[in-house]
Amino acid sequence: MAGVAVSTTINGDAVEYLCQPDETLLEVLRDRLGLTGAKEGCGTGDCGACSVIVDGRLVCSCLVLGAEAEGRKVETIEGMAHGDQLHPLQQKFIEHAALQCGICTPGFLIAAKDLLEKNPSPTEEEIRFGLAGNLCRCTGYDKIVRAVQDAAAVMKGA
Amino acid sequence: MNFDPRFTGRKFSSVGTRPLRPDGIDKVTGRARYGADFNMAGQLVGRVLRSPHAHAVIKSIDTSKAEKLAGVKAVITAKDLPDLTDGDAAMYDILDNSMARTKALYDGHAVAAVAAIDARIARQALKLIEVDYEVLPHVTDVDEAMNHHAPLINDAIFTEGLEEKPVKASNVTKRTQFGHGDVHKGFAQADFIVERSFKTEQTHQGYIEPHACVASVNPDGTADLWVCTQGHFVYRQHCAQLLGLEASKLRVTSSEIGGGFGGKTHVWAEPVALALSRKAGRPVKLVMTRDEVFRASGPTSATSIDVKIGATKDGTITAAEATLRYSCGPYPGSWAEIGAMTAFACYNLENVKTVGFEVLVNRPKTAAYRAPSAPMAAFAVESAVDELAHELGMNAVDFRIKNAAQEGTRASYGPVYGPIGIGPTLEAVKNHPHMKAPLKANQGRGMACGFWFNFGGQTCVDLNIGMDGSVSLAVGTVDVGGSRASLSLVAAEELGIDYSQLKAIVADTSSLGYNDMTDGSRGTFSSSMATISAARNAIKILRDRAAQMWDIPVDDVVWEKGHAIAKGEKYGNLSALSLKDIAAKSGTTGGPIAGHSELVADGAGVSFATHICDIEVDPETGATRVIRYTVVQDAGKAVHPTYVEGQYQGGAAQGIGWALNEEYIYGKDGRLQNAGFLDYRIPVCSDLPMIDTQILEIPNPNHPYGVRGVGETSIVPPLAAIANAVSNAVGVRMTHIPMSPPRILAALDAEREG
Repeated sequence: MAGVAVSTTINGDAVEYLCQPDETLLEVLRDRLGLTGAKEGCGTGDCGACSVIVDGRLVCSCLVLGAEAEGRKVETIEGMAHGDQLHPLQQKFIEHAALQCGICTPGFLIAAKDLLEKNPSPTEEEIRFGLAGNLCRCTGYDKIVRAVQDAAAVMKGA
Repeated sequence: MNFDPRFTGRKFSSVGTRPLRPDGIDKVTGRARYGADFNMAGQLVGRVLRSPHAHAVIKSIDTSKAEKLAGVKAVITAKDLPDLTDGDAAMYDILDNSMARTKALYDGHAVAAVAAIDARIARQALKLIEVDYEVLPHVTDVDEAMNHHAPLINDAIFTEGLEEKPVKASNVTKRTQFGHGDVHKGFAQADFIVERSFKTEQTHQGYIEPHACVASVNPDGTADLWVCTQGHFVYRQHCAQLLGLEASKLRVTSSEIGGGFGGKTHVWAEPVALALSRKAGRPVKLVMTRDEVFRASGPTSATSIDVKIGATKDGTITAAEATLRYSCGPYPGSWAEIGAMTAFACYNLENVKTVGFEVLVNRPKTAAYRAPSAPMAAFAVESAVDELAHELGMNAVDFRIKNAAQEGTRASYGPVYGPIGIGPTLEAVKNHPHMKAPLKANQGRGMACGFWFNFGGQTCVDLNIGMDGSVSLAVGTVDVGGSRASLSLVAAEELGIDYSQLKAIVADTSSLGYNDMTDGSRGTFSSSMATISAARNAIKILRDRAAQMWDIPVDDVVWEKGHAIAKGEKYGNLSALSLKDIAAKSGTTGGPIAGHSELVADGAGVSFATHICDIEVDPETGATRVIRYTVVQDAGKAVHPTYVEGQYQGGAAQGIGWALNEEYIYGKDGRLQNAGFLDYRIPVCSDLPMIDTQILEIPNPNHPYGVRGVGETSIVPPLAAIANAVSNAVGVRMTHIPMSPPRILAALDAEREG
């Protein structure tokens, strides 16, 4: 099977790779590029653990083909902090104990970042529906919602 | 063990504070490595072929075509995992569950596996394996499986625990009984009796991380296993025994674990990965798909429970009885036994009897799920208790307070309780503002109690003091939800140093002595006990080194607030030496300073919780909505209160999913119809309200700081609390979990039709 040559931008860096036509973006990120921050919880777009942002749109990377990243801008959890400066959401997730096992955390952070970029002042209900595509089995979501509320307040003040 | 574990009532400076967790940054930046995030040079991809049949004889397996496919490096069947269990029936079942030997016993049972150079070729290879099945009749329902006409799953099983030894094989593997007094006499004294039957469906732990491992077996018999597990020492024992390896030559490293909840307490695909690696001569990564996780790992028991409770007019329970039938999957278990032990554990009963039946069905092997077996028993009992209170005309909380177990009560499962928290949680609930908040139309409020034993077990800790005065703590209990933070707090407390001076890690099986797994809510309870012991051992050395530095007798040196202090007026001019001062000189005073501890953490204090919830039911659709939820639970001592709250909230959320949505749905063909998160729907963020928590602290007398396990009890009350709320909202007693919209509508229709 011939590989597909892809030129894309990941977390601001120009990246080139060869992938199979049926290979998902998640497989490319994890297995070809070593970006294992995105997790595979289901492979069917139901859990959100593999969430990334492609050209400003929140997607499950398990439902996107690696070949589809051609010419696009991909943002993953590995690019969320600026150097040693955590994104406010990352900081607030730690402060509020919004993670227990942490496997869903990268997906939640990406989804929350996308949410706050589109709606800087979400209500609790908007946060809950905005993050409804991400499954967490540990926290009951309480501390996740509070972390996002707190981060939103900090980001507005910044 | 030269260690006194008794509660001392000390005042805390670190324990009870809420510092940031040490693994937080790794987990918010994507750097934390979970089961599937590890790779080795030359690694192959492993995949498992699974039975599509619920019950079938495996007549033959032809792997020749798969073996010839370019890129395939190994194909294995049960023949590559010979039986080395030497009469250990429980291990034989784990072996058979890892790879079916003569019969496929459930839809999803592993029958063969391949290792190939990539996932694509591995998938192709699975399609080339030809399995000749003789399909047998199957049974998936717990009550049907008990019927003597039901297909027999294992004809070598005869019910244990009967007065007369049975002559016919049965799907009922064991009968157990608990209780005391005379229930016949007790029911004769009762003015009111409630008698009902309940059912609960099978659920999955639903951890977001599928089972994953990388196995590497070397030609010299040494091996490495990187794996997401709740107990890497246990996995080492299992794998060494099943593969015929020497335990000490198999090094198991626990990755970060993406949820377990009991589902990662024994091996599944790990022996298969090791067998593939041994055959291929290369490392093998094996990661389950979500479909495989649902079909072949986890689930809890489905149950069928009868409850009968009687009380006098004044609200005193005179007798309580329950018969509990729990599915075990196709292998014997002790799930009904645990249910029978926990069922009435909240109450002070003169006459009580519970009987448990373990039942084989053609479903995946039942695994522990957070306080395993207790939520279903609590659902049945707490529903009946609520109904009885209603018939008596008593407030549901007052009725429970009147009958609650106390210190000195003989538990229905045998022991006599020490100081316990059931009464205090009930009093806290009675006085909670939630109980007085107004309800709207179609809303109902419910409450219920829950009990869990908690567990201690074998534990081992190393505490090493660096020459710069920093401290590394190596523990052997896997951190499933913040225990590295809580154990660092405990070490900081005992040593009298700042939390920031510590770093806790989970050591691999070659770096630390044996530890039982993180189950039974034991992680923080047992490892904190061992940490305190290790710190005290280190303090002995620190005092000795200070004595050397001062050239005074060690008996004149005491340890206070992180410093060695020379005791007595004659030493008035000696200024205190900090841990850092002593560590800096350690090279010339006797070498490295460390504290080690190995112990069996006995005396895990039992745990109680009481929950309140408000549910709104749409009478036209049967849809439900959780409006408000409150958890009150005894923690003994909350070491890191934020993570204790997290355990309370997480257990409640899982219980809400179980109560309202989650269930395994099998077709008539015995195949699982909803093996994915789309159709097996766990609660999402928009399904839930904030979950309020109240931590009570009734010290456990058997732990120096009073700590009790906190992880599991929070899943015990929700099924009943929600069922009581729904029943109060719609005016019909709900008896079948989950209370999905069709079941609620059916209950309403049945009521209307009378």
